[in-house]
Amino acid sequence: MYVYLAIFVGGALGASGRFMISLWIEENSVFPYETLLVNLIGCFILTYLSTHPTLMKGIPSAIKVGISTGVIGAFTTFSTFSTETVQLWIDTSQTLALLYVVASLAGGLVLSWLGFFTANNRKGHAK
Amino acid sequence: MMVAFVAIGGGLGAIARFLVSEIMNPKGSIPYGTWIANIVGSLLLGGLVVLRTKHVLPEFLWQIAGVGFCGAFTTFSTFGKETIILIQKNQLKEALIYVASSLLISISLVWIIFALFL
Repeated sequence: MYVYLAIFVGGALGASGRFMISLWIEENSVFPYETLLVNLIGCFILTYLSTHPTLMKGIPSAIKVGISTGVIGAFTTFSTFSTETVQLWIDTSQTLALLYVVASLAGGLVLSWLGFFTANNRKGHAK
Repeated sequence: MMVAFVAIGGGLGAIARFLVSEIMNPKGSIPYGTWIANIVGSLLLGGLVVLRTKHVLPEFLWQIAGVGFCGAFTTFSTFGKETIILIQKNQLKEALIYVASSLLISISLVWIIFALFL
């Protein structure tokens, strides 16, 4: 039961964080920088946290799931990405729509990979 | 107040995604739970965008169901992480199918919704 509570609280925090960033950034720009930004940040943090060998050790599993599935999962979004892509394509520019898809996909995968890489290559910092 | 609506929807969306993943994500293959959540959530948000554009969706419902629920039900970070894990396991074909089908199906469905109703 704690798992559901943790995911609810985490999801509420993550979605609120995404919403506040969108209010803060969205200033007369057609390009959805705010979604791109939260998705890229989230990709790095999630992969870093969930593949790090020791960082989350000893933390109760409900809290872990609350942070990964809840906070970071809800902070990033796929549905807004899809709808914004189609809106850009129809309303503004097909080039910008393609650019948005490429930046989200390539950026997201590179940052996820960087998260994995930095979490798993810490030999120099080992105690 | 707006943030409270987004928070409630976001909490529920995250729980719904967790349940779908628990039921459908197999170990070591294409994560169908996240896949279906991202596609269904995109379709749902596409419908909500249509209603909002036509001014039939009250703003607080947009914040709960659109920004909150659909935003949190779908996820880009898990999508990225799962793709990298598939690549790490040398399941390149699965990684490619996962990425391509998530993008193509969700974007096509939203496009169809907009073309039909917007």
